[in-house]
Amino acid sequence: MKVKAVMFGLLVGTALTGMQFDASAETLRFASQSDALTLDPHAQNEGPTITMAQQIYDPLVIRADDMTVRPGLAVSWEAMEPTVWEFKLREGVSFHDGSAFTAEDAAFSLDRARVPPSDYRNYVSSIEEVSVVDEHTLRITTQAPNPILPQQLTNIVIMSKAWAEEHGVEQTQNYAEGEENHAVRNANGTGAFRLESREPDVRTVLVRNDDYWDRENLPMEVERVVSTPVSSSATRVAALLSGELDLILYPPVQDLRRLEQSSDIAVKNTPENRTIFLGLNQGADDLESDSVEGENPLADKRVREAINLAIDVDAIQRVVMRGQSVPAGSISPTYITGYKESFDERPPHDQERAKELLAEAGYEEGFEIDFACPNDRYNNDEAICQAIVGMLGQVGIDANLNAQTRSLHFQQLQNGELDFYMLGWGVPTFDSEYIFNFLYHTRDGNRGSWNFTGFSSERMDELVEGMAGETDLDARNALLDAAWEIALDDLTYVPLHHEVLNWAMRSNVDIPIRADNSPRFASVTFK
Amino acid sequence: MFAFLVRRLLQSIVVMLVVGLVAFSLFNFVGDPIHNMVGQEATTEQREELREQLGLNDPFPLQFARFVANAAQGEFGISYRMARPVDVVIAERLPATLELAFVSAFFALFLGVSAGVYAALNRYGWTSRLVMTISLIGVSLPTFLIGILLIWIFAVQLQWLPSFGRGDVVQVGAWRTGFLTESGLRALILPAITLGLFQLTLIMRLVRAEMLEVLRTDYIKFARARGLSNRAINFGHALKNTLVPVITITGLQLGSIIAFAIITETVFQWPGVGLLFIIAIQFVDIPVMAAYLMLIALFFVVINLIVDLLYYAVDPRLRVEAGSARAH
Repeated sequence: MKVKAVMFGLLVGTALTGMQFDASAETLRFASQSDALTLDPHAQNEGPTITMAQQIYDPLVIRADDMTVRPGLAVSWEAMEPTVWEFKLREGVSFHDGSAFTAEDAAFSLDRARVPPSDYRNYVSSIEEVSVVDEHTLRITTQAPNPILPQQLTNIVIMSKAWAEEHGVEQTQNYAEGEENHAVRNANGTGAFRLESREPDVRTVLVRNDDYWDRENLPMEVERVVSTPVSSSATRVAALLSGELDLILYPPVQDLRRLEQSSDIAVKNTPENRTIFLGLNQGADDLESDSVEGENPLADKRVREAINLAIDVDAIQRVVMRGQSVPAGSISPTYITGYKESFDERPPHDQERAKELLAEAGYEEGFEIDFACPNDRYNNDEAICQAIVGMLGQVGIDANLNAQTRSLHFQQLQNGELDFYMLGWGVPTFDSEYIFNFLYHTRDGNRGSWNFTGFSSERMDELVEGMAGETDLDARNALLDAAWEIALDDLTYVPLHHEVLNWAMRSNVDIPIRADNSPRFASVTFK
Repeated sequence: MFAFLVRRLLQSIVVMLVVGLVAFSLFNFVGDPIHNMVGQEATTEQREELREQLGLNDPFPLQFARFVANAAQGEFGISYRMARPVDVVIAERLPATLELAFVSAFFALFLGVSAGVYAALNRYGWTSRLVMTISLIGVSLPTFLIGILLIWIFAVQLQWLPSFGRGDVVQVGAWRTGFLTESGLRALILPAITLGLFQLTLIMRLVRAEMLEVLRTDYIKFARARGLSNRAINFGHALKNTLVPVITITGLQLGSIIAFAIITETVFQWPGVGLLFIIAIQFVDIPVMAAYLMLIALFFVVINLIVDLLYYAVDPRLRVEAGSARAH
């Protein structure tokens, strides 16, 4: 009993000696919701995994903090022919193990990333062949002209060929077969940080690479990064307030005001590269999920217009999102090539007009329809859907909400079981083609893999295939414009808003916020 | 005794199989792991290929049979999320959960029994009334709220204790312990209190009630008449006789401490199996979920068995009528 009492005393004693948060000014303690799934940089095309990989590894072309494209491990590039690109590579760059970066490494990495089981292979599926011209020149041949190849390469980071061969990781980690390779928990890149230690799901420590090639142009004030996933939002915020963390992602919307009022905390926000919208199955002859027999109300454009008019996106922004959204008039995020400000001009909320349109379409009495939403994927997704149910009810459309976890929502969506659903779409290539390719092209097994609306237009398909191969910028922009005209006119999707993302940080820390929600620790400055 | 053991072991196997079956049939409702395993660019064909590779297209009985056959050999498959063998991942995480659970259980038992005895002996004192009132809070507040409250007070306002994580750990053989570092011990305090508070109040109220009951019995009166010291009566006779139900409850509660560590671990980002399980659910990491549920079932089964055996040790009456002994 005595021993136990002493132990308890010890516990209390250590508690009362007070906490020291030994935050040397150069350590950045970072927390997101979840940890990188793997360090193998080509295995998982997923947010936190990309964020971690991009600290340690560099791509040939870098997506800068303002989302513009700038030279990375390649200093310049040009299309020699429509299908042949030449990349001049940076000289004097070395990997963390000291070996020099050459075109061999770049060619090896691109080849690694473009074959299965790489999860990035769809970004670089246009590549036919990668060849080394000399030590610092790389030539990439594409199957067809591909004007956005440099943009696509921002997602592909470069590994050391010698290191990969030494450790038997010439192939990407095969997730499906549950393979674990050396690259999963070890890394050797050219990036601004080198890996010091990693305990998956618990803590990953990065230290500054003092020989970084871009040292001159970046603040590089952070010496050490301690990255700890904290899945509970309340705990993440508490740890930021208590000074145990310096930078957190996904501060909960309801806590933002309080965080902003605290003098120790700074909050930054920016419209995110993601737009939230509703998908409507216009392709089916009859819907199983509605009360109308023998016909599909969503196939009538007037009904889609009525839904668009019935939803008060400003009210959603004000009440549900507490200001943390930007009402949208199209499904295009604001950053991307092909976007125009006029896209976001929405017809004003008008219940009367919506009712008229429904009456014209022959649904004076309204109709019933199932409405599917995720409840753990987008900011306040379920609450948005509940608000929409109320708004549609006022014009006579009786939507039966089914809000469920994302794994189920997306499973049913992929199975084609949903006729009226919520979806969010981000554009990692920052180009409209990505939207048309996945969301508007006829679903044919290759393109249109997220087009569950049954929308199918020959003209659209032609345009999408055209933009994939058009290297002349003006001609390509004309194709994008034409495609947007069709898309906006058809109202295939009812747009809601662009998400706004927030980062919260201690007030002595500053970092430019990135629309891709992927902080670059080299850009952090301390005050 | 031996027959009893064998019977219990056979029952345990049936229990485990049933848990496995129920767990497995539930997995049909948690959704599709494929969406979490590939990027959004993946084509329909690539998704289908992955599903086929993972055996998710097989009929349910076949999937379950494969799971049982593998589990019987100690094979729990590969985590979809972490791409590592599930048994290795769980073995890595288990020490964190067990350390937390045992510290909480010890905290609950030690304080619970002392406070319960105190409240029983000083039945009408104002301190014991206060303790009883406060204990109501422990019984009625949900765990996550207690956790957040403690974080708010001790981490955010007072800044005495860390709000998340396990501090620094030391590797002792295969066991990664937080007991040997200052930050590790400190990180243990809030989650241990959070996890143990409900059990503490439960044990306390139980001990108090049982103790009051026992103090009224004739043999205590006779003991007093014999002129035994208060100490001998209260602790030697009364407390000892209240312990049978306390052991049952504590034993069973130890199982639920480990199982309910899920919530505490999530609130405090405690890197144990509970947190692993929660993340696995979000990701639809079926192999991890299955292995975790089986593990918890195993804990309950083993703890029940130990509790039954402890009865024998504590209560001589059971030894006499051993043949018909039936615990709860």
